[in-house]
Amino acid sequence: MATQINVYQVAAKNLLRKKTRSTLTVLGIGLSAWVLLSLLGFNRGYEAALNKDIDNMGFQVLVAAKGCPYEAATLMLKGGTGLRYMNESVIRDILRHPQVEKVTPMLMQAVFDPNKGESGGINAYLGVDPATFPSLKSYLKFKQGGWFTDAQSHEAVLGYEAAELEQREVGDQLLIPEKNIELKVVGVLSRSGTQDDGTIFVPLRMLQKEFGQEGRVTGIGIKVDRRADISALENKLYDLPDVQVVSMAQVKETIMSLVSTAKVMVLSIALIAILIAMLGVVNTILMSVIERTQEIGIIKSMGAMPGDVFRMIWTETVILCLLGGGLGIGFSLALSKITDILIRRLLPYTPTGSLVAVDSGLAFLTLAVILGIGLVSGLYPAWRASRVRPLESIRSEGE
Amino acid sequence: MPRQTTVLKAQNLTKVYKRGSEEVLALDDVSLTVRRGEFLSFVGPSGSGKTTLINILGCLDNASSGRLQVGGRTIFDGRKGLSESELTRIRRRVFGYIFQKFYLIPTLTVEENVLLPFAFFRKPGSPPGVFDLLKSLGLEKRTRHRPVELSGGEMQRVAIARALVNNPEILLADEPTGNLDSKRSEEIGQVLKSLNRKEGLTILLVTHNPALARLAQRTITLRDGRILS
Repeated sequence: MATQINVYQVAAKNLLRKKTRSTLTVLGIGLSAWVLLSLLGFNRGYEAALNKDIDNMGFQVLVAAKGCPYEAATLMLKGGTGLRYMNESVIRDILRHPQVEKVTPMLMQAVFDPNKGESGGINAYLGVDPATFPSLKSYLKFKQGGWFTDAQSHEAVLGYEAAELEQREVGDQLLIPEKNIELKVVGVLSRSGTQDDGTIFVPLRMLQKEFGQEGRVTGIGIKVDRRADISALENKLYDLPDVQVVSMAQVKETIMSLVSTAKVMVLSIALIAILIAMLGVVNTILMSVIERTQEIGIIKSMGAMPGDVFRMIWTETVILCLLGGGLGIGFSLALSKITDILIRRLLPYTPTGSLVAVDSGLAFLTLAVILGIGLVSGLYPAWRASRVRPLESIRSEGE
Repeated sequence: MPRQTTVLKAQNLTKVYKRGSEEVLALDDVSLTVRRGEFLSFVGPSGSGKTTLINILGCLDNASSGRLQVGGRTIFDGRKGLSESELTRIRRRVFGYIFQKFYLIPTLTVEENVLLPFAFFRKPGSPPGVFDLLKSLGLEKRTRHRPVELSGGEMQRVAIARALVNNPEILLADEPTGNLDSKRSEEIGQVLKSLNRKEGLTILLVTHNPALARLAQRTITLRDGRILS
């Protein structure tokens, strides 16, 4: 048989009185914890994924024809559309700078494929120089075959996903629609987790010739000497006519500015959810205190000090917040993949890799925020309960 | 300690309530001495001041004027009184309260309800467990039950057990059988009588029930805030 009961046990059991009300409050807190943790995870995950994409590009600076900076950023990361051309002779000017270690020219071309999807779609081909491009992309490994050796050959290397989409293997033929050019697949890349997975690589010279773009490129990737000052080089490259210079830092900044709008929106939703949850907690605990005024008075007549009553009511708030916070964190961890998909639909550009990086540190931070908010929410009801005088309960009994 | 020790001494208690702009005299110059082990019942018509008087005697309310001493300690003298914290300390050591409503916590078992005062204060010398107390009140088979599973009489016995768990010197009972039928009222009356006779507990009982009032050694009749007899 028990010999003791404490304030915390009483508080926990009090919450079982109105199970539906307590459950709804916990769900409200859980929802706000879910949104908050997903947002924090997104803040961290998006930047990490973007950094990974940029690191995996193999070059730190891209020179592109003058145009919209957002287009240039997209071009650098994704291959991009809205093509602008520059003269290949720019390479010579770039190579004059001692900070430049390697350069690789690239030509992006896109054609309409009527057989793609239900109503056709755009196929993009990235022309690369077999002499320079592979050494800059040393992290790319082959599942089958290897790089084309001749810049003029009618050959293609498919990224992992591109090969799956086209259902091609080494030795198969690949047709460029509109142009009716047949290419032989000489290599299929292993999955890299980067944008290269979806790319069809072809020899640069062949692509220039077949598309009538001899001597023209859409981008030049530059690998800068490790010891060199990248921003000093960028400033020098700006002196070149009709080009724009996009550095890794700039790309990151541009993309982050694009997603900042979405971040503000999600943050606003999180704040509203937290505010609603906070009001829910205040409402639940305050209602409970008002309903139990007589009982609290009796408890005080038993010898409970105002601090005891305050602690009891505050504990109820803490329990609600811990349960809600735990539930929200559980949801966030279990449904991070779905959150990832939803965010990808919402944003104009998303890097590869996980966008929502939730870890134990962020989970604890979320729990601490929810608990902090809960404790503040519980202050007024707890203070009000602590001020109930025993006599009030007895007087209201007779009324 | 000798049986005739004074535990409560009230002198010239007056209580005036304000009801809007009107002043209502609830107690008018009431003086009373209660000795250890006495069983007093307070009777009188509704509004005669019975509940107001035992609330003041039980340190739940202050008088407008007069003096109250509990165990030799002055609780208030004129308008000067102890702070709320000091009153709580007096209440938790000296008094046990029973009311017309039982105020049992529905989510706690009988045993947990009785143990509830220990969550806030445990008086030295109080029993380590509550089984013997529950057994003495005929509740030993109900320890794991929740209040909703009990009869009205059983619920009031649980409330009595809760009031006794910290070994109070004085038990205040305000209409404890007001919600019970005559059979259950008699049952509660016998419990109170037994506590007084066997345990020597001082009991102040407010009741409208003449049969219950007759169990007390002394009956105090109030009318219009004054003691008639």
